[in-house]
Amino acid sequence: MKILVPVKRVLDYNIKARPKADGTGVELAGLKMSMNPFDEIAMEAALRLKEAGQATEIVAVSCGPAANQETLRTALALGADRAVLVQCEGELEPLAVAKLLRAVTLREQPGLVLCGKQAIDDDANQTGQMLSALMGWAQATFASRIELQGASEALVTREIDGGLETLSIRLPAVITTDLRLNEPRYATLPNIMKAKKKPLDTLTPADLGVDTAPHLKLVQVFEPPQRQGGIRVSDVAELVGKLKNEAKVI
Amino acid sequence: MTLLVVAEHDNHNLKASVRHVLTAAQALGGEIHVLVAGCGCEAVAEAARALPGVACVRWAEDASLGDGGAENLALLVTRIAREYSHVLAAASAFGKNWAPRAAAQLDVAQISDIVRVDAPDTFTRPIYAGSVWATYRSTDPVKVITVRPTAFDAAPGEGAPAPLERLDAEPGSGLSSRKDLSLSPSERPELESARVVVSGGRGLGSGERFKALLEPLADKLNAALGASRAAVDSGYVPNDYQVGQTGKVVAPDLYIAVGISGAIQHLAGMKSSRVIVAINKDPDAPIFSVADYGLVGDLNEIVPQLTAAL
Ligand SMILES: Cc1cc2nc3c(=O)[nH]c(=O)nc-3n(C[C@H](O)[C@H](O)[C@H](O)COP(=O)(O)OP(=O)(O)OC[C@H]3O[C@@H](n4cnc5c(N)ncnc54)[C@H](O)[C@@H]3O)c2cc1C
Repeated sequence: MKILVPVKRVLDYNIKARPKADGTGVELAGLKMSMNPFDEIAMEAALRLKEAGQATEIVAVSCGPAANQETLRTALALGADRAVLVQCEGELEPLAVAKLLRAVTLREQPGLVLCGKQAIDDDANQTGQMLSALMGWAQATFASRIELQGASEALVTREIDGGLETLSIRLPAVITTDLRLNEPRYATLPNIMKAKKKPLDTLTPADLGVDTAPHLKLVQVFEPPQRQGGIRVSDVAELVGKLKNEAKVI
Repeated sequence: MTLLVVAEHDNHNLKASVRHVLTAAQALGGEIHVLVAGCGCEAVAEAARALPGVACVRWAEDASLGDGGAENLALLVTRIAREYSHVLAAASAFGKNWAPRAAAQLDVAQISDIVRVDAPDTFTRPIYAGSVWATYRSTDPVKVITVRPTAFDAAPGEGAPAPLERLDAEPGSGLSSRKDLSLSPSERPELESARVVVSGGRGLGSGERFKALLEPLADKLNAALGASRAAVDSGYVPNDYQVGQTGKVVAPDLYIAVGISGAIQHLAGMKSSRVIVAINKDPDAPIFSVADYGLVGDLNEIVPQLTAAL
């Protein structure tokens, strides 16, 4: 079975985002960019399925500017066999990405698409579900456990409010990953070297016949109301006094 | 303008979040319909009729809708969505699951996790773990929106019983089925709606100490228990305790963070709480920058003292 793993290039999770002075977006210039952490988990899940003999090929795909090649090289260094860049400039909304991924999915015919459940930049949590809908496939979001039952069924345990749910889904399908699915590996130096020679194809939305025009207009990006830090109390008695008499919450 | 609110429920009870979504819908203006889709959920449809400011309850009853699966629910919502200007649901694990599917089928953008209604076509939502907020104007004919429940008060009271209209379900897609549901049993208030939350982090050191120290404190305060990702990843507590950017968002009257450093991903889920207390041995822990009351010291000593003092 072939597995498609979409990967997004995002501001590194250790960096606190700030709005640009003119409010037209988030300041990214000169800041460290990384693979979206949930996509690393998706890549790891795909690698483990391949190592277990349940997958034959892993194709990483990214949509965005030429700089996304770097993210795809990381995916190749982790163990993806091939990479596809759908190169385009400007804002891509989740719906546009889902349409691009649908076109790539139709070309590649994977048995499974493994996505991160959300990207830590726009926090939208949409793309996997949208791709699944556009393909008319089953979906299993927020996966903490994946068990393939042959080529036509998977059992997926999902993290939901209040606990866990296990679904049986028909394949091909889209599965989106949650934090507890696995702990991603690091790329080793020899694999980083090898990744430079692995195939990376570039396509454009026009090649795929996809219109990526946005449906939303960004009005403004700004800093939310800031919380003021409070005071230090010296002991439990003072804390309880403050909670009772000042904050009046107990 | 007519709006559709999709109610979350377990076929027996409405989730409290629906009243928060109603408040967001009321801020948009217009007539509000509520969709109740499930199996054996007549009591839920009846309860929805009494929600304040609801003009109509649409009730779909079918075995294929019983487990809340995204595929079948999204097909149903897609069929009726064009009757509406807006489709709204809570940004919970449930709403996040099916709403993007419906949006894609309608060929419209989804606006996720809104915290503010600026105009009927303009909404504000946190991005980048809430470090920044972004305001978007939608050009779509149907606006599919998930609402952050803590950002909108619960619509209070009851309304005159709204008319009930039966809807046919779509034929089941057969794409997925539930094999197992294991909900962590709890006598405590729900994390998302509790008035007080006691939350523990890696500083607790083990599941045993998490239980031994934080449960008595939570009992005294009738609080829900929450946790950082590190505490969940280390297996101290189940996954649904996680508060943060990629877990639950809470905004109780009182949030007590014990042995939590205050990473931005954690703050994203709790910094709208009314009063925040932090207990941490590291005086430089970032959690103190959002805490109204900070107590520096060893949680192993402080927490039992606090429990005893309440
Ligand atoms: C993609 C992604 C998503 C994430 N999503 C979330 C999320 O939703 N929620 C979340 O919480 N995190 C999330 N994280 C993780 C986050 O970055 C932090 O790693 C995590 O919040 C740290 O948890 P912690 O504060 O319990 O642990 P630590 O950072 O290790 O802090 C432990 C704290 O306990 C204190 N301590 C230790 N012993 C004692 C003692 N005896 N007495 C008092 N204090 C003590 C220490 O001083 C320290 O401050 C995410 C990370 C990524 C990359």
